[in-house]
Amino acid sequence: MVVELLGAGEARVYARPADWPDVALVDTDVHITPRSIDALAGFLPARWRDYVRESGVQSLESDLYPPRSPLSAMPGTRPEDGPPGSDLDLLRAQLLDPWRTRIAVTHCVYGVDGIHNPDWAVAMARAVNDWQHAEWLAVEPRLRGSVVVAAQDPARAADEIDRVGPLPEFVQVLMPVRARAPLGSRTFWPIYEAAQRHGLALAVYAGGAAGNPVTPVGAPSYYLEEYVGLAQAFQAQVVSLVCEGVPVRFPRLPIVLVESGFTWLPALMWRLDKNWKGLRREVPWVDRLPSEVIRASVRLTAQPIDAPDPARLGDVLDRLGSDRMLMFATDYPHHQFDDPALAAPADLPPDAMARFLGGTAHETYRLGEG
Amino acid sequence: MAAHVVATVDEIPPGQRKIVEVDGRSIGVFNVAGRYYALRNTCPHAGARLCEGTLSGLVTSRSPGEYTYERDGEILRCPWHGWEFDVTTGRSWFDPDRTRVRSYETTVEPDPPPGPRPGPYVAERYEVEVRRRYVVVHV
Amino acid sequence: MARTRPPLVDCDIHNELWPGALRPYLPQRWREYDETYGGRADGGTSYPKGSPRAARADAWPPSGRPPGGDLDFMRAQHLDPYDIRYGVLNCLTTACRQQNPDYAAALCRAVNEWQVAEWLEKEPRLRAGIVVPYEDPQLAAQEIDRAAAHPGFVQVLLLVRTDEPLGRRRYTPIFEAAVRHGLPVGIHFGGGRGRNPLTASGWPSFYIEDHTAMAQAFQAQVVSMVVEGLFERFPALRVVLIEGGFGWLPSLVWRMDKHWARLRDEVGHLTRPPSEYVREHLWVTTQPIEEPPDPRHLLGVLDEMGGVDRVMFSTDYPHWDFDDPDRAIRARLDPDDRARILGGNAMALYGLP
Repeated sequence: MVVELLGAGEARVYARPADWPDVALVDTDVHITPRSIDALAGFLPARWRDYVRESGVQSLESDLYPPRSPLSAMPGTRPEDGPPGSDLDLLRAQLLDPWRTRIAVTHCVYGVDGIHNPDWAVAMARAVNDWQHAEWLAVEPRLRGSVVVAAQDPARAADEIDRVGPLPEFVQVLMPVRARAPLGSRTFWPIYEAAQRHGLALAVYAGGAAGNPVTPVGAPSYYLEEYVGLAQAFQAQVVSLVCEGVPVRFPRLPIVLVESGFTWLPALMWRLDKNWKGLRREVPWVDRLPSEVIRASVRLTAQPIDAPDPARLGDVLDRLGSDRMLMFATDYPHHQFDDPALAAPADLPPDAMARFLGGTAHETYRLGEG
Repeated sequence: MAAHVVATVDEIPPGQRKIVEVDGRSIGVFNVAGRYYALRNTCPHAGARLCEGTLSGLVTSRSPGEYTYERDGEILRCPWHGWEFDVTTGRSWFDPDRTRVRSYETTVEPDPPPGPRPGPYVAERYEVEVRRRYVVVHV
Repeated sequence: MARTRPPLVDCDIHNELWPGALRPYLPQRWREYDETYGGRADGGTSYPKGSPRAARADAWPPSGRPPGGDLDFMRAQHLDPYDIRYGVLNCLTTACRQQNPDYAAALCRAVNEWQVAEWLEKEPRLRAGIVVPYEDPQLAAQEIDRAAAHPGFVQVLLLVRTDEPLGRRRYTPIFEAAVRHGLPVGIHFGGGRGRNPLTASGWPSFYIEDHTAMAQAFQAQVVSMVVEGLFERFPALRVVLIEGGFGWLPSLVWRMDKHWARLRDEVGHLTRPPSEYVREHLWVTTQPIEEPPDPRHLLGVLDEMGGVDRVMFSTDYPHWDFDDPDRAIRARLDPDDRARILGGNAMALYGLP
């Protein structure tokens, strides 16, 4: 099955562009989700299976993406019996095969972070991990997964990482960009410690249901504002992670921003560097320019590319000051680009292109041999 | 290099400073625990009168949440943007090699050395206080 | 010492209330309220600044008044040595965000009368923003209608951390009044009443984060004003972002345009791409100017903004993050562009002779 995208005037096929180099492609942002909450039932202990049933819980899927919005899913990615991203065969046919993807890093969030009952949250996180491992990761060797944790209870979140961390199919731990506290907060450090212990990355994804307004001036009216506003939420998390000293304390923990956009990063680095020069006494553990810390520790999945044209994008890449930060991503099944050729910056030198398509991901994640 | 007498030693007690004018240049002379240091009074960043900034200690950390406070009185914070400079070297904390303020050698001399061009202070008080010791800046 | 440079307009100077300054301007009822209760604005959250009152260490006047609170000292330290042709005062006071709306309105009115008497009437180089109780937009509009008569007021002053995004309809009366009087709306760094956390994940720990996060508040306001269609409703509205920086603006505009293209059905009231509203209706002031390691990158940002005609110089005197008129902009600007940034754009926007 082939997905056709409507570009400017012509239908384009959603597939790896023919002129890309023949490197092992790593797609760092692929969304998967259960067909329904029933799919998780078999992975829940009896008490929680019963709890879900007797409470009539229909779904934990967050409503951060309006379900029918044109950004949420490309045409043709919705299986008959579930939401987009819930069918492995479709994923193979639409993504892994036509893109000749060597590795796809998937994540399934499924609203666990929005649960208020910490015991239920822990049980659900565990169920999501067991479900994705059994039904996706163990079945399709091209897939890697993300550990879902209940950050509501960081100690038990760390236990969960210790439980599934030894499974090689997991490569990162997920935290929402809209979290209960800024992600640098020491509250979360047991999670980071466990992630580093197992060689997992920390992935900050575009979502979260913790309840704070998405903007620092309150909740906006439109989904467009909210989606655009996630970039500001990511900016705040970068600031928090750096200023609280997470990269200092966990130097072997890569921080991956998933679906964050990245054209905002140079200006943020300028601002943070400037402030740090005068205010660094407040955070003396930040003993280098924040931009250096960011370049060393932060990686970003490349969709969405919020730049109007290849030339402007090239300028932004120049300002990033590193060609080891961006990682190829489709954001499947979200509809981020019409022309697959635009999924990579134009005119990257061959070595930088190879890093973008897979090399940096191999350095970031425990993927084994490329 | 010319020597300029800029103050008597007791005029700048430990922890204090004096801003002087030498050859049209504004210079801050600091007494840090009995030793004298002289820095150009212009921040290399934006031109503020650096030597009028706050003197404090150096804050460092071994790990997030741990604070070490040492060298009290040896760190000069620019009155504008708070950039920190080591009074004893003129080097900034965050970029010691490239971001630094000109520092000058200082000595303490029993009498104004022979032949120096008099600084702003000495002309009036020299004759009445010949036995005092002087702070000399070499520019 | 002023070097040779084009006429300078400083678009962000802070005149500061000194203790008791408002007493002569407050009606008795509110003077008594003030004496009996006092103000409440910030909900107890605060981040101690890098310096007392966030001021330059050298900006404390010998008179004992707070930094920015002594006109003679401001002249001697700032207006004269930098040869400033015009300075726009943005009085930062908690008057505008008092919890009690009537008290807020009375205080704002007093602040504006104080600005006229103590600043605008005394110093012809100064202009000012009208301080308004913006969380009660009806009262704010009344104050705009009252104060706009004085020619020294050249804009309406809001603080960026509002209770709700400024594009939301409850704020409409403020923009309506500003347009009615032909005044731009200036949105300045600061504000907040402890209601909305500084980030989408709550409150960060440090002042360096608070200060850095201000740029995200500005971004949110730009998105709100554009996407809510504020500029469709008020085609004559001009908005100035003050002390928010601008390095983030191109990226934000690209992101808005890109996702608007896919989600435009949701916001059918927009007739054009978001970038066009930004280009036509938004001005920015320079301080705290971005300092990229390669100064040419700043030229790149200006190019992405479509040129320099919406960029206006500001110092933020007397605050610690002051930008020096002769040294802040390190990029090699074309001389005409430099002249526009340093003064021309502000004179055109504010109608300064």
